[in-house]
Amino acid sequence: MKVSTDQIWQWLKEVSDPEIPVLTVVDMGVVRDVELEEENLTISITPTYSGCPAMNEIEENIKKTLHGKGLENVKVKTLISPPWTTDWMTDEGKERLREFGIAPPEGGSKDKSTLFAEPKKVTCPHCRSTETEMISQFGSTACKSMYKCEDCLEPFDYFKCI
Amino acid sequence: MKNNLLEYTLRLGDNALILGQRLGEWCGHGPILEQDIALSNIALDQLGQARMLLQYAAELKGEGATEDQVAFFRDHFEFRNLLMLELPNGDWGFTIARQFLFDTFNYFLYSDLLKSNDDQIRAIAQKAIKEITYHAQWSAEWVIRLGDGTEESHNRVQESMDELWQWTGEMFKADEVDLAAEKEGYGVNLESIYNQWNAKVTEILKIATLEKPADDWMQSGGKQGEHTESLGFILAELQQLPRMYPEAKW
Repeated sequence: MKVSTDQIWQWLKEVSDPEIPVLTVVDMGVVRDVELEEENLTISITPTYSGCPAMNEIEENIKKTLHGKGLENVKVKTLISPPWTTDWMTDEGKERLREFGIAPPEGGSKDKSTLFAEPKKVTCPHCRSTETEMISQFGSTACKSMYKCEDCLEPFDYFKCI
Repeated sequence: MKNNLLEYTLRLGDNALILGQRLGEWCGHGPILEQDIALSNIALDQLGQARMLLQYAAELKGEGATEDQVAFFRDHFEFRNLLMLELPNGDWGFTIARQFLFDTFNYFLYSDLLKSNDDQIRAIAQKAIKEITYHAQWSAEWVIRLGDGTEESHNRVQESMDELWQWTGEMFKADEVDLAAEKEGYGVNLESIYNQWNAKVTEILKIATLEKPADDWMQSGGKQGEHTESLGFILAELQQLPRMYPEAKW
């Protein structure tokens, strides 16, 4: 079977993130590279956070999906450099996060290694108000903070910049 | 040189592993849900960093060593973590005070490791510094909240700082492994880390209305494998399953 790397990228869009199922592993920027040499396919992925417990599942799901497309020799390789950043998340992915009720990362990741940066103005994914307040730096998963909206009073998750 | 690099990597990896294991004990026991989750998140980051570092240590060891062997089949005298990190969690004030003293050190340490000439240590530092930055902000904010909070919270976190101070000297006391790491270019200059740490800790304690403890006699030995009795208890829990069922799989 002859397939192109473009086709493989398309297929990878069928693999969703185990913790945020509205996003695909491509939207997340977790897939870094697709290499096809003859029959041998190598997919490079990178963890969002060092301790991301979803990596093994992502690897399995990628293999399962591609095996289902008739590809036999699929290797999944984990890279840690360059480190994952929220800047790699696609715009489409950010929009889907918002629809799902999670505020997408705002304003790039420039301040990621600065102690005591000014807290970010985060837009409420429900009512779009910017009158929001951080409740906790750490949320339901390593990649999120907890916020609440002062206008619609709903709590929400914010996908924090790294 | 290879041995020093391995020792240095084990020190970084064991700090992350032992602190991660300690913090994990708070899971389900935090004072409020949000902070229970915060500490569990920090513990998870530490374990993730420990994995990257111990994978590298296993590679440096060679002879087919794996991250699991390094984590689960070494004995207490082979561990290289700082003594402060193996101490029991104590109350919330003690956990926060230790976290702040260590996170601040770790933040400046990993900021400098971004310049390491060892590709793997540099790559791990690039990944870890993003997470450590969040930890350091969080624990400093909590020191301020407790110190400048009620009389009770102020007294408890002050007592914890006073008790912990004797364990801080070890972070900055360079031995031949640290000096070799600095000289070879894969490690950092601990004196420079100390100056940055001292300035930040002084600043935060002042905002928190806490008194900075006076420097006195300092404990040491963890980096060389001489530990307190507390490490044995951690290892018993951490290592029991893989030692009892060596081939156990998820």
